[in-house]
Amino acid sequence: MKSILILFGSLLLFTHNHGYKVGDLATDFSLPNIDGEMVSLSDYDHAKGFIVIFTCNTCPYSIAYEDRIVALDKKYTPLGYPVIAINPNDPAAQNSEELSDMKQRAEDKGFSFPYLQDKGQKVYPKFGATRTPHVFVLEKQDKGNVVQYIGAIDDSSRNPGKVKHYYVEDAVGALLADQLPKVSTTKAIGCSIKTL
Amino acid sequence: MRSCQIVFFLIFCVCSNAQDIASLNYLGVKPLLHQKKQNKTYVVNFWATWCAPCIKELPYFEALNQQHDVDVLLVSLDFPRHKESRLLPFIQKHNIQSKVVLLDDADENYWINDIDSQWSGALPATLIYTTKKRAFFEQSFTKEDLFTLAESFKP
Repeated sequence: MKSILILFGSLLLFTHNHGYKVGDLATDFSLPNIDGEMVSLSDYDHAKGFIVIFTCNTCPYSIAYEDRIVALDKKYTPLGYPVIAINPNDPAAQNSEELSDMKQRAEDKGFSFPYLQDKGQKVYPKFGATRTPHVFVLEKQDKGNVVQYIGAIDDSSRNPGKVKHYYVEDAVGALLADQLPKVSTTKAIGCSIKTL
Repeated sequence: MRSCQIVFFLIFCVCSNAQDIASLNYLGVKPLLHQKKQNKTYVVNFWATWCAPCIKELPYFEALNQQHDVDVLLVSLDFPRHKESRLLPFIQKHNIQSKVVLLDDADENYWINDIDSQWSGALPATLIYTTKKRAFFEQSFTKEDLFTLAESFKP
């Protein structure tokens, strides 16, 4: 009985969700980009906010969203909300997730945004990302970068033709109109983040 | 004619051995997550053929399904367009005996929460329930942990 209790306890601990909630301030980071430069949110003087997307090279759900992520960046960078993609997977735990693989993928798919490696896997737990893809929309305010939306890109990962709700577009659109997103958290199927 | 009959017979044999996999929307899957036989432990694993940690633990679920008081259901989240090209060949190659269904429903934000509010949507994930107890686990299992956990649900 005792061992079962311990097992349950450890499972609860394991599944408990840490990380940012809507309204929290996101801590800045400094992570290597595929071009070798380090990137931080503070580098973006003129941004009004950010579309931070935890994604990777290998997850089919991430791959299914690549074109939609490129489209988000093309649409919202000029409006002040650039996409910042972060790969949370440890290359030691998952093949084809090295910085060189990321660079290749970004070239193949024409990524127009930074694609950062969460070296040491320190940043994704702070955000509370649990899967790829997993989006955090941040709004830059005087006090810092406020988390305003957490969740999915839209409501149809497996079939872009069946999208009814464009969650990230709706959230950023609301923020650009000085309103809070009507829907601030959503869920979607994704791949677990791979660590050792 | 006779060779035709033999061919037909062979085709029939092959087909009847292979599992028939239903593509269901969430309304179709939901009753399978709320079955009510007494003295039965229901184990529902959410997986996909492309998910490496899912494939690793699949044999443990197959082994668990051998127990007469455990009923394992494997809910695939493969892309619907890959049903014929990837899912069915995988089931055949690995001779999967547990019941498999393909959940084909776009409104993930609704049904992920309806299955369990604690589930973020990451795979693999597992629901274990009886008529008296219910719990959800967003994680991978070792064989030992899975068997110990399933045992703890039995009356």
